[in-house]
Amino acid sequence: MIDVLDAVKTYGEVRVVDGVRLALPSGGLTSIIGPNGAGKSTLLSLVARLVGLDGGRVLVDGLDVTTTKSDVLARRIAALRQENHLASRLTVRDLVTFGRYPHSKGRTTPEDLEHVARAIEFLDLGSLADRFLDEMSGGQRQRAFVAMVLCQDTDVLLLDEPLNNLDPRHAVAMMERLRAAADQLGKTVVVVVHDINVAAYYSDHIVAMSDGAVMFEGPPHAVICPEVLSDVYGLPVSVHTIEGRPHATYFR
Amino acid sequence: MPRLGVVAGAVGLLALVSLFVGVGDVTPVDLARAVVGGDSAERHDLLLLLVSRVPRTIAIILAGAGMAIAGQIMQLLSRNRFVEPSTAGTVESAAIGILAVTVLAPGAPVIVKMIVATCTALAGTALFLRILRYVPLRSVLVVPLVGLMLGGIINAVTTFFAYRLDLLQSLNVWMTGDFSGVLRGRYELLWLTFALTVLAFVVADRFTVAGMGQDFVTTLGMNYRAVLALGLSIVSMVTAVVVVTVGAIPFLGLVVPNLVALIFGDNLRRTAPWVALGGAGFVLVCDLVGRTVRYPYEVPIGVVVGVVGSALFLVMLLRRDARVA
Ligand SMILES: Nc1ncnc2c1ncn2[C@@H]1O[C@H](COP(=O)(O)OP(=O)(O)OP(=O)(O)O)[C@@H](O)[C@H]1O
Ligand SMILES: [Mg+2]
Repeated sequence: MIDVLDAVKTYGEVRVVDGVRLALPSGGLTSIIGPNGAGKSTLLSLVARLVGLDGGRVLVDGLDVTTTKSDVLARRIAALRQENHLASRLTVRDLVTFGRYPHSKGRTTPEDLEHVARAIEFLDLGSLADRFLDEMSGGQRQRAFVAMVLCQDTDVLLLDEPLNNLDPRHAVAMMERLRAAADQLGKTVVVVVHDINVAAYYSDHIVAMSDGAVMFEGPPHAVICPEVLSDVYGLPVSVHTIEGRPHATYFR
Repeated sequence: MPRLGVVAGAVGLLALVSLFVGVGDVTPVDLARAVVGGDSAERHDLLLLLVSRVPRTIAIILAGAGMAIAGQIMQLLSRNRFVEPSTAGTVESAAIGILAVTVLAPGAPVIVKMIVATCTALAGTALFLRILRYVPLRSVLVVPLVGLMLGGIINAVTTFFAYRLDLLQSLNVWMTGDFSGVLRGRYELLWLTFALTVLAFVVADRFTVAGMGQDFVTTLGMNYRAVLALGLSIVSMVTAVVVVTVGAIPFLGLVVPNLVALIFGDNLRRTAPWVALGGAGFVLVCDLVGRTVRYPYEVPIGVVVGVVGSALFLVMLLRRDARVA
């Protein structure tokens, strides 16, 4: 579904994404982990065509993201950036409704409204739907942005740190929703997360990045081991098995 | 929350009042007599109404609505609350175009002036947005300051040539809005702003999404450059038409959209009718003030709007800071 072929992105002299090769199958949830500045967000932005490639290619569903028309891609890829700052004043419902734009082109149908209502419900925003985003808390705002992405109803969902600002309850609910999107709706979900255990618990596949390159990838049990994680983060990490599942701990 | 119908009614009422206030006294009773064939004085009233008062009121409504919408679009495109055609170099750029036509082709019809002014306004505003890309610290207040400086530079150039060519008085006419010269046959170009306002409403979603930032524009499958080009064209043309026909009306595009945003937010599809009505109402009130405050003399609308607008704006600025802090 997502094929990254030797993708390169340079800023000045620095290759922040340095010849990444990835092939993610259709369906399933992939987590990208790695230290700050590893190039996770940049890689996700390259796939979402929000940042231009300096080398290599990215194919989504066989479509080259640099040459395919943007409105065609908008019906296949939805992306959430790590930081979302709006200068304008919009309500939650406005924002989520704009997620339907690729389908409705501004003429919202009853079906679109159904999607909007479902996404709002899904992210527990029912009581906040008509509030302005600039008058809400960070976590509430984060959920609204994710609702917008879900509302776009694309086969591919790219979410850069969707758990930002979320309390444990909403974080768990978010991951469960994304898991359900992959399992029940067959979506291809890619998330960037910093919590290794969340990645281990919810993903089918984990990609560990460092210095613009993919260091390891594989199923959770292959990546969640002390050698790999210590190497990726440059920090001693030990892995314990709790209730039959691997758990990384990194406090000394 | 106010209702659109009520506000529309209020603006309609203001328009009626505007029809019957002025140096030459026209009363509804005289008019009724004139229609059924009154004496010559009464017929003169009817003529006055049709040739001067009605065009003037229409011009006020069209220019007010158009400039307010243009301001809102500029704010969305630049993602800054404090930008509007008079704080982005647009008005000054339009004026330089008009000056060029006046000098190079003195006999050219007003439509030519309008087209050239649109082009120069477009170039000036595009330059403003380009400069913004290189401003390292895009603080909220730096953006309009950059626009004011750009406008100042362009204005200096225009003033220099106007001075050399003995056209300072004309320049003053373009830069200061004034509806007292509006007569039948000399304002009809303003209907173009009506068409542009309707167009802005039709494509409103694109501008709202542009206001959310380039990434949202791309994710939702729009072409950022196309949205920008469309928005800038609408803003430039509205500004050019208004400057050519009645002169610049500053601050309007700043005050009205900001007031509307406080209550209704920035979703242009929802706010456009409010912004348009608010703009029309605001200019109607300022025009009435300008006509009555020194009766029987008139204070140009540009002056009244400037004073009322900047005062209102200052209040909003202070209250806004208080709210955020
Ligand atoms: N616009 C830019 N200009 C210059 N350098 C950039 C730009 N964006 C990112 N970088 C650099 O590219 C590198 C990768 O950044 P990226 O945002 O992809 O990291 P990340 O893995 O998402 O990190 P984090 O976990 O902190 O979000 C960093 O070193 C960053 O400084
Ligand atoms: Mg990141």
